Amino acid sequence: MIALTQTTVNLAYLVAAVCFVVGIRFLASPRTARTGNVVAAVGMTVAVAFTLALDEIDRYAFVASAMAVGAVIGVAGARLVRMTAMPQMVALLNGAGGGAAAGVAIAEFNRLVRFGDLPADTLAAILGATVLGGLTLSGSVLAFAKLQELIQGRPIVFPGQQVVNAAVLAVAVALAVVAGATEGTGWLIAALGAALVFGVLFVLPIGGADMPVVIALLNAFSGLGGVAAGFVLDNNALIVGGALVGASGTLLTLLMAKAMNRSVANVVFGAFGQLQVEIGERAVDGGTVRATTPDDVAVQLSFARRVIIAPGYGMAVAQAQHETRQLADALEERGVDVKYAIHPVAGRMPGHMNVLLAEAQVPYTQLYEMERINPEFPQADVALVIGANDVTNPAATDDPASPIYGMPILEVHQAASVVVLKRSMRPGFAGVDNHLYFHEKTTMLFGDAKDSVLQLITAVKAQ
Amino acid sequence: MSDELIQSLTVFVLAAFLGIELIRRVPMLLHTPLMSGTNAISGIVIVGAILVGGASGASTLESVLAFVAIVLATINVVGGFLVTNRMLAMFRRRDRDAK
Repeated sequence: MIALTQTTVNLAYLVAAVCFVVGIRFLASPRTARTGNVVAAVGMTVAVAFTLALDEIDRYAFVASAMAVGAVIGVAGARLVRMTAMPQMVALLNGAGGGAAAGVAIAEFNRLVRFGDLPADTLAAILGATVLGGLTLSGSVLAFAKLQELIQGRPIVFPGQQVVNAAVLAVAVALAVVAGATEGTGWLIAALGAALVFGVLFVLPIGGADMPVVIALLNAFSGLGGVAAGFVLDNNALIVGGALVGASGTLLTLLMAKAMNRSVANVVFGAFGQLQVEIGERAVDGGTVRATTPDDVAVQLSFARRVIIAPGYGMAVAQAQHETRQLADALEERGVDVKYAIHPVAGRMPGHMNVLLAEAQVPYTQLYEMERINPEFPQADVALVIGANDVTNPAATDDPASPIYGMPILEVHQAASVVVLKRSMRPGFAGVDNHLYFHEKTTMLFGDAKDSVLQLITAVKAQ
Repeated sequence: MSDELIQSLTVFVLAAFLGIELIRRVPMLLHTPLMSGTNAISGIVIVGAILVGGASGASTLESVLAFVAIVLATINVVGGFLVTNRMLAMFRRRDRDAK
């Protein structure tokens, strides 16, 4: 094998960093995004290839076998995952990145101790990478379990939770400090254990509908874990790559929190959905709900000029994106103008609805962000809400007493009429009743979203 | 603080600012592929794992940790880029772009 010097390899890392930056730049437009992804992947390949060609790297069988195992799992996962399960996939990928950072930090700690050369700043980075990586790993696995509904999605809370969490985190840091003082790898592994426990405790009280924020936050943590590992190894490729991911995750976290009109701290520590049960009960009285039939809705839709579809998590759960697209096709054949209104936190991760509708081959020019579609609702004849709840609740704009007051919503109530496809009258995640359902221009079509949409397609075609 | 640390910090801070400016331009439409794509980039930690475990002389513990780290980072890289590619392939401008 060729043996390269560190200088040459550092130059290759610079090339890799440039590829990452250009790749993300290309992700700014759907036309260039795919190329951007390839450019970033090329950067990664360059970084790995040059690292393997370093003079001191000689355990090729060892590295190759580990990479083979990872590649098989990675390829299988990427091929088999359903688009509706993308949040779970991203959660696991975050966790893998975090776990790798922690593993690197602990191994390097052990190596430096053996050589008796452990500078204080490297030690600090090791502690950071171990704790951050560990909590990212277990937190992501728990987020996965919640999204996959292996455990209940509702917040799990107990008295004194935040005190316990803080204590566990303090223990993790303390153990890591002891590891540094005694130069004992066992202590560092114990610190990793505490960080793993903390990651679980951290995600437990966060509910299903807050997952967009959590996944973005864990994304940021996985990047920062990589940065810490980069400081451990004085490696610019890790630092730049990790910093880009950290920035991305942080920005998305803030965007998601803003779209819920809540602070990140409130999402993480608020156990939203748990507190509002009593408030939800208060609002039930007053107003009646009018159920409708697929035939009535089909008439409404077929003779409309403009229809705006507002999809939500219910559409994802029912896997109804393909049927939704077919319904839109049937309407467009009749000359109806159909648009989709996408709320930033609809679904379980940033951009979830866009991916699902893209899978159903809805052209992205038909997908409208909240700010762009809201002015169009007053001109719409029908707003068709498919499995979205809290993001359409007008209480967010007109009821200061509502827990979701101030949250930006899709203003479906501005349309001439509103049809809501919903399984039952159960309140949404926030536990708040949706005033929309009691509105005089709203009718409800109860049932599984997929069944309802299928019936609508048949009924529209019969018109 | 060592000079290396200052240099690393400089690189980190500048890259973070650059990252924020880059990510700002990405539309909501592409936020899911953005997450999975950047996720794959965070798999760059694979380089660290190779450096730690790829040279002979690593102890058993280091080898085990490095092996696990390489596996996890490879899942991150390979899974991340492939799934991002799969998603992005679905985004079409108009109906007739469909196959």
